Amino acid sequence: MKLELTALDKKLLNLLQGKVQLVPRPFQMIGQELGISEEQVLARLQVLKEEGCIRKIGAFFNSDKLGYRGTLVALKVRPELMEETALFINQFPGITHNYQREGAYNLWFTLITPNERLRQDILEQIKALPGVEETMDLSARKKYKINVQFNLK
Amino acid sequence: MEFTELDKKIVRALQDELPLVAEPFKLIAEEIDSTEDEVLERLQLMRKSGALRKMGAVLKHREVGFAANALCVWVVPDARMDEVAVIMCRHGAVTHCYDRNVTPDWPYNFYTMIHGSSREECEAIARQLAEESGVSERQMLYTGREWKKTSMSYFI
Repeated sequence: MKLELTALDKKLLNLLQGKVQLVPRPFQMIGQELGISEEQVLARLQVLKEEGCIRKIGAFFNSDKLGYRGTLVALKVRPELMEETALFINQFPGITHNYQREGAYNLWFTLITPNERLRQDILEQIKALPGVEETMDLSARKKYKINVQFNLK
Repeated sequence: MEFTELDKKIVRALQDELPLVAEPFKLIAEEIDSTEDEVLERLQLMRKSGALRKMGAVLKHREVGFAANALCVWVVPDARMDEVAVIMCRHGAVTHCYDRNVTPDWPYNFYTMIHGSSREECEAIARQLAEESGVSERQMLYTGREWKKTSMSYFI
């Protein structure tokens, strides 16, 4: 990102991360809080998005409430086969995050599926990969907090 | 709440990007042959029921200054789980707190995502969480390469 965030950008992004109101003119409401116009809010957001500091502006749903089931899976992957293993895992739409981490378990992904059969099928395919030495299925027993919000100062 | 066909259409239309226009919900409504009032009403119900977790922005945290990101995993006695969770969830730098299954070679049952500008900052936050909660056994699993990061597409 080449852009230097201004004080106003930071305020705008902090507000926007919190809550976009479910009203006909949500960006007008944000503008009112910042003392700028709706057009200015929209124009600035377009720039910030193009500059690559926003991953997404939109709706985030709770998979459990939509009838889906999510899990976190940790793998021990042979380092020389990391790339091909990671790329194979990436192909499944239900795998939303796939990160390398430091430690013996060095690849971690989240999987969201609408039924048990698909879930098992994907996990079996991954377990069978030549680079995968160990697999742990770390399903959540309880979710206490999900609030991806970064306070920009 | 019971999910209707209309709700599924709303989810499909909104799960990617909210259009950056003055009246985004009106535009969405037109796309799915509904009305702005109806879309907003259903979304409010989804928010109330918890199905809609958030309407808003998620930033690319590495781009906005949070360069160090760690999954910090803890061993929390089951009897203390709720109490420890309250303490750890209070921190703004902690974005996720989950209680998860253990396995024979993995005793960690409580997961916190910690974000900071540096590793030192993440370590300091973890130390603070340990002190406040009284839980000492932990591991910091720093995020390396991100091979994939997307939002889920539902009902497709």
